[in-house]
Amino acid sequence: MTQTLDREPAADVRHRLDLLREMVRIRLFEERCVELYSAAKIRGFLHVAIGEEAVAVGVNAVLDEGDAVVSTYREHGHAIARGMSMDSVMAEMYGKATGCSRGRGGSMHLFDVGRRFYGGNAIVAGGLPLAIGLALADKMRMRPTVTVCFFGDGAFAEGEFHECVNLAALWRLPVLFACENNLYAMGTAIARAQAETDLALRAASYGIAAWPVDGMDVVAVEEAADRAVDRIRAGGGPCFLELRTYRFRAHSMYDPERYRDKAEVARWRERDPIDLLTHQLTAEGGLSAEARDAMAAEVTAEVDRAVAAAEAAPLEPAEDLERFVYTETEA
Amino acid sequence: MTITEAPQATRRLTTSKAMVEAIAQEMERDPSVFYLGEDVGAYGGIFSSTTGLLERFGPQRIIDTPISETAFIGLGIGAAVEGMRPIVEVMFTDFMGVCLDQIYNHMAKIHFESGGNVKVPMVLTMAAGGGYSDGAQHSQCLWGTFAHLPGMKVVVPSTPADAKGLMTSAIRDDNPVVYIFHKGVMGLPWMVKNPRSIDEVPDGEHTVPIGEARVAREGSDVTVVTLSLSVHHALDVAESLAPQGIDVEVVDLRSLVPLDRDAIVASVAKTGRLVVVDEDYLSFGVSAEVVASVTDRDPTLLRVPPQRIAVPDVPIPYAHDLEHAVLPRHDRIERAVRTAMGR
Repeated sequence: MTQTLDREPAADVRHRLDLLREMVRIRLFEERCVELYSAAKIRGFLHVAIGEEAVAVGVNAVLDEGDAVVSTYREHGHAIARGMSMDSVMAEMYGKATGCSRGRGGSMHLFDVGRRFYGGNAIVAGGLPLAIGLALADKMRMRPTVTVCFFGDGAFAEGEFHECVNLAALWRLPVLFACENNLYAMGTAIARAQAETDLALRAASYGIAAWPVDGMDVVAVEEAADRAVDRIRAGGGPCFLELRTYRFRAHSMYDPERYRDKAEVARWRERDPIDLLTHQLTAEGGLSAEARDAMAAEVTAEVDRAVAAAEAAPLEPAEDLERFVYTETEA
Repeated sequence: MTITEAPQATRRLTTSKAMVEAIAQEMERDPSVFYLGEDVGAYGGIFSSTTGLLERFGPQRIIDTPISETAFIGLGIGAAVEGMRPIVEVMFTDFMGVCLDQIYNHMAKIHFESGGNVKVPMVLTMAAGGGYSDGAQHSQCLWGTFAHLPGMKVVVPSTPADAKGLMTSAIRDDNPVVYIFHKGVMGLPWMVKNPRSIDEVPDGEHTVPIGEARVAREGSDVTVVTLSLSVHHALDVAESLAPQGIDVEVVDLRSLVPLDRDAIVASVAKTGRLVVVDEDYLSFGVSAEVVASVTDRDPTLLRVPPQRIAVPDVPIPYAHDLEHAVLPRHDRIERAVRTAMGR
């Protein structure tokens, strides 16, 4: 039996139920987003991480309140796992004034300063420099905090990635580079873009601890993240995790998926992180059918409330368009 | 309550020393201020922007970086987001090409796209300008490009006192401020000698409000609106034309964002003639924006067509004669003033 982080058996089951619930929250939130996109309630490009929930939940599970998170444009799951309310995220999807970015950011630019969640960055590898800066500030102020930077395998093709990992290693900055390797940079398979596809190996060449993790197993992700974060907090410098995962749906909403086999998608779907943990807990007797249904019902109700709140929320007035280009309180 | 301030004592400093003094004073005052860039430590900055700071503040606050502009600009953004006040130096404006994404997509936009939640109180400083045969990739000004992109303030001092005052204001501002200094105004011993690059600078704390232009010379016949090193050239021209009965007013913009349109309009309302002098490229840039500041408000203020003196739309050439042909130097400024005056 997998036991997480030396917990007592009963506590371990409770903990894994929490992980399951978090993954279900992200899944049902994003499935609703897909429906709302089809109904033209959500606009622009919408990138859902359905299939990749174990990464967001497993990594966030080991973070403290003071830690920082920087993410990509596929970040709804990271935001929710970090503790941002579905209300504030859904309202942002709707472009409403109550959204976490007051309708100015949208799906790809979710921010929450209170939770140290710094986007929502829609440029591939664009969040990495920001992340090492947060880590530098923490280090200068001698805070025992860690900054987690999520990015995809596509970021390996950007010079930005290599500059940042080098600098973080050189200055031993407290950063966890959390690479979500879902095997595709948009529609380009990793082998068509990377001369060496062993990403952990390449990260290790910068002299940092780096290893691959089964990104479909939330417990494995949590254990790896815990080990990495402990090491970083102890002053061991940055770490790199290659979280091997898969997105079940299109890159964005309208994507004919001509770049991959249906059979490949079906194979990965057999390793659905939510199903894996559900089956495991059910087999152990830790999750009854009734409890599973109750969990789904509770989460559905939470999503319903977020949608209702977003529907009812006011729009930011167009007269305020120029607000927040510059700060309103001068130093 | 009335506060009577004693007039501030001054001394004569070069622009680079004035700039360093502002940085040092702010670093003394605020422990969250630090400086980051290529060869800013032991080297002291290739254009003497950090001379002596490493000895005073140590390598924890005067930080040499690898040649990774994207990484260290973004690093500055991240630190600023956390409430530090980094000054990040890009050696030349020309190098914006390797790191523009972090500048305009991240530094300039995070505040807006976070609905005002995230602030980026950082200074991005860089050297600009030509005139010393450094070729097409080390001689550009490009301030108009930064000013074109919303979300960052842009300041361009021309005098030692303004270099100090604007640096202080930039460090204290809660917005990202791009601080561009022309190499020709710094007073560097290895550059062409410029007597206007050394001048009186207030001792102690000195701020200059961002967004306020300065009338560098009062005059009644023609307004020359300009910035940075071209202010010095315009003043030279004004002095040489005064004995011939042409009274030139020189407006030093000092800030491009926000642009002091009121000051431009007020001067043109007085003189009725406008010459814009800009060392950046001619088209789609600062010079057209200055003209539009007048015509948008009241085109009847202009008694004669405005003149624009800028770098024609070619890369900056190496050969001395060719380079001087494209730069807005005294001869071209004087011709434009005479054209405006019909003399």
